[in-house]
Amino acid sequence: MQNISMGQAVAQALSEEMRRDPSVFMAGEGIGVGIHDSPLMPTYGLLQEFGPGRVKDTPVSEAVIAGLAVGASVLGLRPVVEVMFFPFFTLASDQIVNHAAKLRYLSGGKSAFPMVVRIKAGAGFGAGCQHSHNLEAWAAHCPGLKVVMPGTAADAKGLLKSAIRDDNPVIFIEDMGLYFFPTPVPEEDYTIPIGVADVKKPGRDVTVVTWSKMLGTAFKAVGPLAKDGIDIEIVDLRTLLPLDKETILNSVRKTGRLVVLHEATRTGGFGGEIAALAAEEAFEALKAPVKRVTAPDIPVPFSPPLEKFYLPDEAQLIQAIKDIVKA
Amino acid sequence: MTSQKKYELYRGMLLIRRFEEKLTELCAGGKVPGMVILCTGQEAVAAGVCGALEKEDVIISNHRSHGHLLAKGADPNLIMAEIYGKSTGYNKGKSGTLHIAAPEVNALCTTTVVGGGIPIVVGTAFAQQYNKSGSVSVCFFGNGAADEGSFHESLNMAALWNLPAIFICENNVYSGAQRMEDHTKVKDIATRAIGYDMPGVVVDGNDAVAVYNATVEARERCLAGEGPTLIECKTYRWRGHGESDHQVYQPKDEIACWMERCPVEKLQKELLDEGFITRQEVLELENEINKAVEESVRFAEDSPWPAPEDALEDIYA
Repeated sequence: MQNISMGQAVAQALSEEMRRDPSVFMAGEGIGVGIHDSPLMPTYGLLQEFGPGRVKDTPVSEAVIAGLAVGASVLGLRPVVEVMFFPFFTLASDQIVNHAAKLRYLSGGKSAFPMVVRIKAGAGFGAGCQHSHNLEAWAAHCPGLKVVMPGTAADAKGLLKSAIRDDNPVIFIEDMGLYFFPTPVPEEDYTIPIGVADVKKPGRDVTVVTWSKMLGTAFKAVGPLAKDGIDIEIVDLRTLLPLDKETILNSVRKTGRLVVLHEATRTGGFGGEIAALAAEEAFEALKAPVKRVTAPDIPVPFSPPLEKFYLPDEAQLIQAIKDIVKA
Repeated sequence: MTSQKKYELYRGMLLIRRFEEKLTELCAGGKVPGMVILCTGQEAVAAGVCGALEKEDVIISNHRSHGHLLAKGADPNLIMAEIYGKSTGYNKGKSGTLHIAAPEVNALCTTTVVGGGIPIVVGTAFAQQYNKSGSVSVCFFGNGAADEGSFHESLNMAALWNLPAIFICENNVYSGAQRMEDHTKVKDIATRAIGYDMPGVVVDGNDAVAVYNATVEARERCLAGEGPTLIECKTYRWRGHGESDHQVYQPKDEIACWMERCPVEKLQKELLDEGFITRQEVLELENEINKAVEESVRFAEDSPWPAPEDALEDIYA
């Protein structure tokens, strides 16, 4: 076991897959020679190892970066392209939403698009709302895509390997807040299946469904709640699409209470989907209303106290959980 | 060009013409569901470009796709069945006329997002370069698509990386109901190539031989590692944007004038003048093509509908 950050885990997955399979190549803005040059960043050192033929620094052209992946993948390459910050997904979105997601269906199953779009996400960097805006619910609203959003470095490594080996377009969302903190990651070659949620902590009283960076926030609530005799179960979704309904429902049926925690804004957020799932399929098990702990419906503000206000924290989670345990 | 090659282009154009004319008839009779968009009058572009390609070469088409697909060698029966939405169509009725993919002939994608195919051809050309496959990628798009950002981003990257891509701008004067002078200041889309340091060529899009020659040259450049070419083919659509378009914005005399310059008749006349074919052989060929088109309609009409629940298949590989 090694202690590495998620950025390093991503780099490890990328380099191992590129060594394993010559059809894997990467493209993106500043992925080879970048302005964020640090050994903790996810593409650090890859240009040196694989050269400019396989690690393609592109012009600032998100639409064609995504189109490059669509076209190269239909001819059998396995492109891994990067969208530097999640809001720039909008610039790449025609190729992702109208093409990557739909062209297999439109071909009647004849064509495949084994491509990965890595997206750097998450607020908390003082970058403001045009660099920070978690849009995973948009991506998850596109049948034909798979949407993966790991919450630990170890999951990121195994899930990214699965994404690269998957024959479908995978949107792989990395929260940059996880790039800089070392956690244990297995050294060997391993994969984690896409579409399988993970019960990161079993518990008795309340199910907390979360993903990405908010997994850490959920864990911060464990101790304080335990002092009040509340034992939470933490379900790390890991994949939003296809959704692992069974793991969620099994947990909700066990605890009878559900709180969904995500960094993205509330209205139209993916938390609503989880709440609806519980209401439709586990209503009889619910002992209390479902709660969502999310960012408010505002753009990510810049000023440090404002941005801190934006991000959901463990205090809000604890309060939401106490509210429904009382109820 | 040899007369034999010219005859092949003529034959290909005739098939496209009859196929599209048949669809006009079928649409008027309410036989075909949904939107139908035809390339009648633009046959020389499809025939000339695809006539210069090898089977391994990739094409990416757009909403006005039938000519491209037929010229690339796609099966008229499977195209017609797809247009009808039948289960025997190229894509089991999932794509309809607008999005046909025929990977069997490397017509890998037809996209109706205007300009949507241009970035994809950067990807297919990249894969061909990466694999040293000795083949090229062609994207067909209209004059309207050249106003999309995707056009500019794609030409820039393709030129930067010397990709084996050929960008075919099929300028049929209109972008929806807008005339060219109402949607862009430039007279020739091909001049935009200068901005990306690639050759930009204007050809008579109603002359299949001229289109063919320009494509041959562009393809040779691609294979020599000299990068992409933008070819603007000046042509005209005889029909509206789609078959439901009443063409109120297209002057009657303008349509008539372009019909005088029929690309199919042009090549037929040349072949007759050269003595390569006789009037009798023309009639025989027309008869054969008509039969093939009628057969495609029969095939489509006799084919079963997809089962409703088939809609749930083919999402994930």
